[in-house]
Formats: sequence, structure tokens, C-alpha cells
Amino acid sequence: MEVLLQQIVNGLMLGGVYVMVAVAFTLVIGMLNFLNFTIPALFMVGAVMIWAVMQKGFGPGVDTFLNDTVGAQNKWIVGVVVALVVVSLLSLVIERFTYRYMKAKYGDATEHALPLVSSLGFLIIFEHFVIGRWGSDPLTMDSPFGNASFYVGTVQFSTPQTISLALSLAIVFSISLMLKKTKLGRALRSIAERPDTATLMGVDVNRIVPLVYVIAGLLCGIAGVLFAINYTTLDAYIGDKVATIAIAGMVLGGLGNVWGAVVGGLFVGLLEVLSIHWLGASIVKVPIWGMLLLILIIKPTGLFGHSAIGKGKF
Amino acid sequence: MGGEIEGLLVILCLNTIYAYGIFLPAASGQLNLGAAGFITLGAYAAAWLNMSPDSEPGGLGLPMVLSIPSAVLFAAAVGFVISVPILRTRGVYMVLATFAFAEVVSGLVINLEFVGAAAGMPAEDHVDFTGLLIITICVVAFCYYLMSTRFGLAMRSVHDDESVATLFGVNVRATRVAAFTIGAAIVGLGGALYGHHFNYVEAQGFNVLLSIFILLYVLLGGTQTAWGPLVGAAFFTFIPETIRWLGRWVGGEFGKELIEYRLVAFGIIIVMMMVLRPEGVVTRTLLERVFTLRRRAAPAAAE
Repeated sequence: MEVLLQQIVNGLMLGGVYVMVAVAFTLVIGMLNFLNFTIPALFMVGAVMIWAVMQKGFGPGVDTFLNDTVGAQNKWIVGVVVALVVVSLLSLVIERFTYRYMKAKYGDATEHALPLVSSLGFLIIFEHFVIGRWGSDPLTMDSPFGNASFYVGTVQFSTPQTISLALSLAIVFSISLMLKKTKLGRALRSIAERPDTATLMGVDVNRIVPLVYVIAGLLCGIAGVLFAINYTTLDAYIGDKVATIAIAGMVLGGLGNVWGAVVGGLFVGLLEVLSIHWLGASIVKVPIWGMLLLILIIKPTGLFGHSAIGKGKF
Repeated sequence: MGGEIEGLLVILCLNTIYAYGIFLPAASGQLNLGAAGFITLGAYAAAWLNMSPDSEPGGLGLPMVLSIPSAVLFAAAVGFVISVPILRTRGVYMVLATFAFAEVVSGLVINLEFVGAAAGMPAEDHVDFTGLLIITICVVAFCYYLMSTRFGLAMRSVHDDESVATLFGVNVRATRVAAFTIGAAIVGLGGALYGHHFNYVEAQGFNVLLSIFILLYVLLGGTQTAWGPLVGAAFFTFIPETIRWLGRWVGGEFGKELIEYRLVAFGIIIVMMMVLRPEGVVTRTLLERVFTLRRRAAPAAAE
């Protein structure tokens, strides 16, 4: 029983990472009707950036400079800042090539599976850049917080993991509040509904779409950073592994639904940890992807999804 | 050098076969991101049927001429069975469903003891490069023929506009199921040939990235005509090799870096291609233009 409780806690902590990636996917699909495969890449970039700052990935010169100016204890803050800045800049570049340029040239950007293919191209670029620069072996880093943890009864809670889960739920909560209450949120929802009508109503689509990309990119970047701090081992393909499971969570919650993605993300985290606990690590793919396949066949809208989303040509 | 080129051509043959298997559903408007699943099915079925019963991990001991067709039928049967529920989904959902299918297949296979579980599975008989090349040419010819039949026309019409296709009496559902099933059979054939050429199959090699690359060959080659997948597969099998060759030719520090980052260049080419030729390299208008130019040139030469 205690072991099971501990596994449930571990599952929810892992789920916290999936939640943010799933919300990033669901925002882009909900607003722009496009399955964005740069999300795994940005997750990986976020994780690798904090690793590089922490473990001399940018060379010994940069490392000495950081030790002298901010001190070895505070390097992780620099890592977080670098990761988030890099991810935001990359999001803007990606927006240009997967959405803006295509829309200007071909009208409806989602018509020809263009954004999907371009985003796969970006995935290949980023992954192989990291492999070329830092190799394909697993990269390990020392957690800046060590093994800090506390106990509730006999169940162990890792302090950074608990903070991460709280942080991810807080971020998602503020995003959903922003969508509901602010003027920007209303503009975003109007684009999700019908971009052309939104333009007629005075919404500046060309300024708001990059914002969607940056928000989604930042969510992945934060998730990547938290993953690197909590699990300390990563490689160039870490984004594929995490983001594909997050996709399963997103579909479970329903495409385009932020709170659905939260429930789905936590659920797949639990499902993964408990499947490993009960059935072993080698079979873990079957329950997760079997569940996704069943949902897609029986109830493609997921738990709380809207039936109109994701039905475009591609 | 000869061996290196032959190795490259083997990869090209296999990539071409996979690409045609994904092209058929794509030509009727369905994105199949589950190529790795069908490759796994074909490769493991062929290997298991081919290995003798008293070998480790066991099998049926059929000769290659029987094991390959049976593997193809097996892949087609699975493709048919899952196409019915999967084709109820569309757009993003269909991409995800085929992707999930491939993951389930690979998750199951690495846990089945009788096909060697995680260690992989050997295949006894060997198909050499000549055999592979002949089968590849047959597959290309078959797909080209298929696209010129009424069925091919139906596939194209379903791709372009479903409601109009229905109005003209095309059975949209049957067309899609048929395209998906034939595609699954062809991808399975590719998997079976992979197993018999390398004499060893391992599910870990047939991963998400392979599915992604195959879909990219098709979409970048172009789904409008039957030439697209051939051009796409050839282009993208040779580009990384050309860059590697270029790097060796340039030499020095820059050449080494070029080789190391060649797949980054590959990704940049993909993104740029989408900007420049969103319908793929080979389109109907391109073929038309090439052929009318030739026709115009012919009378001019006669004068």
C-alpha cells in the first residue's frame, strides 16, 4: 500500500511535466488547427540549454565567467533565463516558417499539411544540431537542489518536484484565466473560432499568432527545464519521448481544451508509472498507446473536447 | 567504394517501397504516420515464417518465396482490420491514430517471446541486391499503373474534394479502405525484404523517426502524381550522403563539421522546400510543363 501510494505520487509529479507539454500542444491545435511537432524540439532545447549552462556545455571560458560573476550556486538561474530566451526566439522563427509565410503565400496555411511538414523539418534541425554539438550520448547534470525532500507519513515528496508540479498547475491556471477574462484571451478565442471573421472584427491576427507560438514555446521550455532539474538525465531525443506521451494526454482530455490537457497529462503520468510498477518497463508503450488508439476510435473528442477541432483536412 | 554504393542503393530501394506504401493513402487524402508499425509486422512475420522450427527462437521453416508473400498478406490483413476504425477519424486525429498504432505494435513485439522479444529475430534466407531492385521496380510500376486506372482517379478525386467525389458516384469509404490496405501491404513487403536482406530484424530500429522520414519523402516528393515518392525517396536518401561526400571532398575542419551537421542541413532543406514547393517536388503542372515543352520543341526541330 505504501509502495503504491509512493508510485501514485511519483506518477503525479511526472504528470506535471506532461501537463505543460500537453497544454502547449492543445493551445496550438485549438487556435491554429495544427499538430505542432516543434513542441518536442523546444522541450528538448529548454532541457539542453540549462544542462549546457550547468555542465560547461558552452566551453570552460563561459563557465569560468559565470562562476566569477554569478557564482556556482546561482548558475541554474542563468540556465533558466538562457533556456527561456532561446526558446522564445526559436518560437518566433518557427512561426515565420510554419504559419506566417505560408499564410501570406497560400491563403489557408493548414490546407496542404504544410505546417506539419515544416515543423517536422524543424524537429530534425534542432535534434541534429544538439547531436552535432554535444553528441548523442545521455547528458547528465547535477541537480542544483540535490536530493531535497520531505515526508508526509511514509510517502516521500521530492521538494523540487513538488514545486514543479505546483508551478505547472499555477501556469496553466493563469493561462486559462487569461483566455477567459482578458481582452487578449478574447482575441485568441476569436481566432480559434474563425481567423477571417476575427480579422474583420479588428483582431490583429498577425500580431497575435506569434504570441500563441511564444506562449506554447515557453510552456515547453519551462517543462524542459523542470524535467532537466528533476530527472537530471537527458539526450537529444528526450523531447520525442516526453512529448509523444503528452500527446496521448492531450487527446484524452480533448483537443483544444486546456483543463482537459491538465487532467490528461496527470493521467498519463500516473498510467506510465503504474504500468511500470505492475507490468514492467518494457511493456509500458502498450497501455499508453493502446489507450490513445481506443479513445481515437471510440470517442475522438476525448473527455472534454469540442468536436469541431482538428477536423481540417490535415 | 562499390560496396558503399550498393549499400546506399539497398537503402534507396527499401525507402522507395516504404514511400509508395504511404503514398497510396496520402494520394487519397490520408496521412499515415504508422509506417514503422507495418514495417515491423512485415519484417517479423517474414522472419518468423522463414526460421526453422528447431532454431532459437523458433518459426515455421517456410522458404523465402512463401514467407514474403505471407508476410505481405498478414500486413494487408492487419491494415484492413485497423483501417475500418481508423478511417472513421480524420485530419489530426488520423495522424495520431496511425502513430498510436505503430507504437502499440512495437510495444507488443518487444514483449513477444516467440519472436525473440527485445533481442530481435534472425531471418535465414537472403535476398540479394538484384532481387531487391527487381521487386522495387515492380512496386513502382504497379503503383504507376494503379494511379492510371479508374481506382487511381477515384483516389485523386477523394483527395481533392470528398463531397464532389461522392456526388460523382465514387464510393469514398471503399476507396480509402482499399488505398490504406494496399499501402499497408506494400509497406509490409518493404519490411519483409528488409528482414531477408539484412537477415536480422529488431523492432527498436523501426521507430517514430522512421515513420516521420517516410511520410516526409512522400509529402516532399509530391502526392499528386505517382512519380513523387520515387523522387522524394531518392532525393532524401542521397542528400545526406552527398553532403557527407562534399564534406570529405572539402576536407579540414569545415568538412568535418559539414559531415557532423549534415542532418541539420537536411532539415533546413525540408523547411525551405515547403516554402518554395508546398505541393512537393513533382506536381501535375510540372509534368505537364515538361511534356508540352518537349512537344513544342519537336515541331520546331522538324521545320
